[in-house]
Amino acid sequence: MFAIYRKELKSYFITPMGYIYIGIFMALSALLFSYTTFMRSSYDVTSYFSMMIFAFVVLIPLLTMKLFAEEKKLRTEQMLLTAPVTITGMVMGKYLAALTMFVGSILCSCINFIPLYAVANVERAEAASKAIHIGPSGAQIIGSLIGIILVGAAFIAVGMFISTLTENQLASAVISVAVLLLMIVLGFVNNFISNYAVRFVIDWISVLSRFAPFGYGRFDFAALLYYLSLTSVFIFFTVRVYEKRRWG
Amino acid sequence: MIKIEHLVKNYGNFCAVDDISFSVEAGEIVGFLGPNGAGKSTTMNMLTGYLSSSAGSISIAGIDILENPLEAKKKIGYLPEQPPLYMDMTVEEYLNFAYDLKDCKYDRKKHLAEICEVTRITDVRKRLIKNLSKGYKQRVGIAQALVNNPPVIIFDEPTIGLDPKQIIEIRNLIRNLGRDHTVILSTHILQEVQAVCDRIVIINKGKIVADEKTENISRAIEQSRRFNVKICGPQREVLAMLKEKSGIVYAEALAERDGDAYTYMIESAVGVDIRKSLFYTLAEKNWPLIGMEALGMSLEDIFITIVDKSNERKSLRAEKEKGYRPGKTGIEKKIAADIMKNTAENQTKEEN
Repeated sequence: MFAIYRKELKSYFITPMGYIYIGIFMALSALLFSYTTFMRSSYDVTSYFSMMIFAFVVLIPLLTMKLFAEEKKLRTEQMLLTAPVTITGMVMGKYLAALTMFVGSILCSCINFIPLYAVANVERAEAASKAIHIGPSGAQIIGSLIGIILVGAAFIAVGMFISTLTENQLASAVISVAVLLLMIVLGFVNNFISNYAVRFVIDWISVLSRFAPFGYGRFDFAALLYYLSLTSVFIFFTVRVYEKRRWG
Repeated sequence: MIKIEHLVKNYGNFCAVDDISFSVEAGEIVGFLGPNGAGKSTTMNMLTGYLSSSAGSISIAGIDILENPLEAKKKIGYLPEQPPLYMDMTVEEYLNFAYDLKDCKYDRKKHLAEICEVTRITDVRKRLIKNLSKGYKQRVGIAQALVNNPPVIIFDEPTIGLDPKQIIEIRNLIRNLGRDHTVILSTHILQEVQAVCDRIVIINKGKIVADEKTENISRAIEQSRRFNVKICGPQREVLAMLKEKSGIVYAEALAERDGDAYTYMIESAVGVDIRKSLFYTLAEKNWPLIGMEALGMSLEDIFITIVDKSNERKSLRAEKEKGYRPGKTGIEKKIAADIMKNTAENQTKEEN
């Protein structure tokens, strides 16, 4: 498993894909950050994080599209599957490599907060009263960071699963974008539905609705379970695809 | 070392491998032979645990591949039909990955250097795999199979697409590996098995149709005595004489004609040198013998006959498609039948 993890992580950097991903990620996050905070003169980062989730729709397929599609095309999966590694080990190795890239880029993008805190410091010094809190809320930022990492983890599992279904990287990427977009947009559809039962079901499926509490800086245990189970379901599906191919 | 029992693989209604049983002793090099689509690759993929079998069992060095796949896979080095190479890696990175993947316990530097030496890729270690020639890629694929020094090595068509010099090199390499490894090698090139293997297993339509030591088959080939003879004289009478002559088991007139000379194909009985007595007989009859050419019998013919027979096709059809095949109806058929009979007997013996 660790051999595959290391190989996968390395392969992001021996091909241009890793650099493209990080470049786009940093540029997009900086753009969204300045748009949602500085340009609105706001310390509220909620909309930054929800916009980042939209950005994930495009960014995460960059990480996941080649995970299995490429192996299938080059037949290198034969090497992995005939090596003394379990299928679960192989899938987890790849998943964790993509997750590492993702979490790494999220952490890198935290430099966006530095100018916000800097501005806050200046403003606080100039403020007349110390009673009002000026500046971004730490709880909100940390909560949202945990939230988007959970959302991203689930998205990576979905993208990885889609990558096993095709041997064409481009097809894998396009389908992933479509599916992820659908998962997000479903939450908005709710605004136009009056039937309570339908709303309830869609709300339950919708990835975005679970994210809201993190934005208030509240740690929602149910949401944590929701995202973790979504992730494990798709990892399980991925393993099943390979099991099935073996027995097929 | 390898024991396969009643192995079956179904793809839906299609039966790719149908009740195959055979075993391979340690240190043996076995050639796995068959036409395209015979089930060679499927069998190899099951042997290596890439596919699972629908029924039957496979054990590698006493370890069942379904019960304990991780341990069994450690005993196998596998080179699939298309070498599983990561094009963006250098040879060294790739071999290091194989080393990690197989959880190898040997000293990394020394072990990999040895493998590179054996497969002669030392001078390309720093190069990207995608820039290597086909022959080098194949050798890197073999090198990968050798990592962790597995007792069993399985090659699926290792020489396909290589130039003759590379083919010879790879064959030598495989022969050397056979000294301290058990090797299974699939191919549809007969010279290859003849040159490299101790034993030949022929598979067709998912069934084993022949399983014989290479030397036995070669001996059978040497025993054959077949000639093309060119005789001046009336065709019908000459042919009648040839057919009746003792020591000749088969005679046939060929379409070839040169003036009043016709060409005939004859086969002598095993252990009889027909040439001298044929000369005297012809001299007596006053039919000048103007040419005699010994025909070698190739493994190819036996192979095709075995496969054809197992297909229960009339040899006529193959003749039509491929033009004339000397001896298709003659001694090869007999040898093929003998081999098939032996195989069937061995199999029933094993089952009992």
